[in-house]
Amino acid sequence: MKKIGLLINPIAGMGGTVGLKGTDGIEILEEARRRGAIPRSEEKTRIALESFLGVYPYDDYVFYAYSPSMGGNLCKEKGLPYVLGPGPKENSLRKDTLDACRWMKKEGVTLLLFSGGDGTARDLLISEVDLPVLGIPTGVKIHSSVFALTPRHGGSELSAILLQEDIPVELREVMDIDEDLFRKNSLCARLYGYLPVPKNNKYLQAKKSAGGVDETIALQGIARRVVEAMDPDEYYFIGPGTTTRPILELLGIKGTLLGVDVLKNRKLILSDANEKDLLKILEEGKARIVVSVIGGQGYVFGRGNQQFSPKVLQKIGKQGIQIIATANKLAALGGKPLLMDLGDEALEKQLAGFYPIPVDGMSTYVYRCSNEE
Amino acid sequence: MSNYAKPRNFHEARWDEPLIFELSSQGQRAMLLPEEPELQEILKEEQLLPKSIRREKLPSLPELGQAQVLRHFLRLSQETLGQEINIDIGLGTCTMKYSPKIHEQFVRSPKLSALHPLQPEHTVQGILEIYYGMQELMKSISGMDAFSFQPGGGAQAVFSNASILKKYFEDRGEGQKRDEIITTILSHPVNAASPHTKGFKVITLMPDPDTGYPPIEALKEVVSERTAGLFITNPEDTGIFNPHIKEMVDIVHGVGGLCVADIADSNGLFGIVRARESGFDLCHFNLHKSFSSPHGSMGPCCGAQGVRDYLAKYLPLPVVVKTDQGYALDYDREDSIGKVRSFYGVAAVVLRAYCWVRTLGAEGLKEVSRVSILNNNYLMHRLLSEVRGISAPWGKEKYRMEQVRYSFETMKKETGVGTDDVSRRVVDYGLQDYFQSHHPWLIDEPFTPEPNETYSKLDIDEYANVFKQISDEAYSTPELVINSPHRAPISKISIAPYEDPKDLIVTWRVYQKRRAGK
Repeated sequence: MKKIGLLINPIAGMGGTVGLKGTDGIEILEEARRRGAIPRSEEKTRIALESFLGVYPYDDYVFYAYSPSMGGNLCKEKGLPYVLGPGPKENSLRKDTLDACRWMKKEGVTLLLFSGGDGTARDLLISEVDLPVLGIPTGVKIHSSVFALTPRHGGSELSAILLQEDIPVELREVMDIDEDLFRKNSLCARLYGYLPVPKNNKYLQAKKSAGGVDETIALQGIARRVVEAMDPDEYYFIGPGTTTRPILELLGIKGTLLGVDVLKNRKLILSDANEKDLLKILEEGKARIVVSVIGGQGYVFGRGNQQFSPKVLQKIGKQGIQIIATANKLAALGGKPLLMDLGDEALEKQLAGFYPIPVDGMSTYVYRCSNEE
Repeated sequence: MSNYAKPRNFHEARWDEPLIFELSSQGQRAMLLPEEPELQEILKEEQLLPKSIRREKLPSLPELGQAQVLRHFLRLSQETLGQEINIDIGLGTCTMKYSPKIHEQFVRSPKLSALHPLQPEHTVQGILEIYYGMQELMKSISGMDAFSFQPGGGAQAVFSNASILKKYFEDRGEGQKRDEIITTILSHPVNAASPHTKGFKVITLMPDPDTGYPPIEALKEVVSERTAGLFITNPEDTGIFNPHIKEMVDIVHGVGGLCVADIADSNGLFGIVRARESGFDLCHFNLHKSFSSPHGSMGPCCGAQGVRDYLAKYLPLPVVVKTDQGYALDYDREDSIGKVRSFYGVAAVVLRAYCWVRTLGAEGLKEVSRVSILNNNYLMHRLLSEVRGISAPWGKEKYRMEQVRYSFETMKKETGVGTDDVSRRVVDYGLQDYFQSHHPWLIDEPFTPEPNETYSKLDIDEYANVFKQISDEAYSTPELVINSPHRAPISKISIAPYEDPKDLIVTWRVYQKRRAGK
């Protein structure tokens, strides 16, 4: 019997309908309610479950819902086999999400289907419960790449996952923006970490298939090429993410996963550098940026690596930017160009153009970076 | 809908046939050798092979009578959907066309089949004349100046072309410097793989999201004094002809590189476009595809490699030449890249292709392409206007050449039924599963059919009607498609357990070892 955790964040998405740009925090939730927001998360999850029931022919699964409002009610309504947890009947706070994750882990759940937005994904990260997750997008902010494209699509993905015997996973980005700044119309996304997402669902796997090239070997090949091309007199600003990590590993350096590390002569000069640090280093000598692509979205700058600010990029210029990505990651963009979100249109135009991107130990793809459709 | 074009109420045979090793019974024989005393004497004296290379134990081959062997393979044949029993439109890029049966009489005639490649040249003048004649025909078809039929397939022909590039630049003292080749992501993957195997670094251009072919600016961005060449397929797998091909070739020539056309699938090009006029320096055709020759199970194939006169001296050894004394195999070519395989290529494929071209003539070849293009656009019209959930990405509203890469992305999103499911379901209607896409997949849920000139309108209608039927099923009873096939020898199997190479068992011996280990 396959045990699927169903975790609905009932308040996800409420802020969006009433002009608030998220629903993080009790005060905002109350403001949303005051403005007349109604819960929509359960409704969207219903679409996902109906889509799942429409295509999955077997009855070899049981859902685990922590409380009635976090999934129990919906399971009951759709006649799904389910186990109800000890969660509270009403209200759902962050603490409930964390408790729900831990309870599911204890119950032996093997896949967690959650409904919410970036905030909910961050909560899952905080819970430190190591379970494969699949997000149903019901929140206001969907910047993380752990979500299905639509609730309906999520249902068919769930079916595809359950049809497999194992659930191999890959780590995908959990991003979120600062809601306070966002409400003031200033977008500032951060990379918070990675969650394991099933990679054997056909929809994603199809795009990602690259003729059997092992992703790990491709990443090591990219790292080798970047290191071989390093000029001992120049600084290298290594951006965050799992694509850039093998560079540091190859050099025996323990850097940060979410921050920018500065190297010179193949040695670590500064770990987790901020914009100010980078500008100071740029006064001392020439530097290059090695940066990867945010999976599924295609952002190169402005999401998860704000340390590479317009000022820093201005000084480094297009020639000093080395974008790296695996063939899978580029193919998954479906032909969309790479993007920048710098809040500086003139600079974005200046940096736009075609970039040669190493995708493994030998091959290079030429890919367009441009904010213009 | 014509009754004859309706999806069939098909059901394939299921014999539950064991492996032939499992049918083995000690002592059974399919034939016994005559007990000629002279033969026995030779075998006894063990003079045929030196002791050092004789096996100590008998090989563990299956032991069966003739009737059992015949029955076994006939049963297996009933559980397959071969090219000649189904409408084989689905294997796009492979050009699965009808192979005239009279060609089989030619290649099975002892006049060819009894020849040995080591016979003296004067005793094989006939087949050498056919080789020479085919070289001349290929020169006309492509505009190139010299040909070799040595490579045993498309990938090897591309490798052989990459080897010529290497040698050409070494001779010019640029071997070290020119180490990059440029290709496109939608070209056949061998255009990246074979030069890579030869030691080149590969730079790949991505398609423009609207047109489907690479932007000129992207090429300009990456050409340099390090560029050895451009390896490109046109039209690419999308079936969209790249109208800027000459400009791309000129850009690469402008930095001193050479340009190589992959014309493995020439079905839409005969008499319409030639490599020479497009500016290419080298090219290759697959004689086993567009030139009608049965192909499958990886052979037997022939990658016909063509070059311009300034590169002819590099062609692989030997080259068939015409002399005052007749036709000959010329090995005296010091600039050649050498041999790329043993002997002289697959003679049977060259002979079939020669017959095919001679039968059709120049006008006939052009007609092949015209009909292929017409068939393809007719199928595209039917699929896009009648099959819900299918689309043809790139080049919207544009006509295509010989094939199209479609997408079932919409159907997948709306019903959960994707290309894997449709590909299995077509088997229930008597079609073999289809080719989805080369890797990497740039579009979701792909499907690449190629209805070449040998399919009738009725064939194409039946094919389109099957997809219409499956689409209707996907939107009404998706589980029917998702759990297919229902009328094939084997049911749907989970792929996951077979994806890890360490779990693969490819020989009987390994199977026995694994089983013993458990």
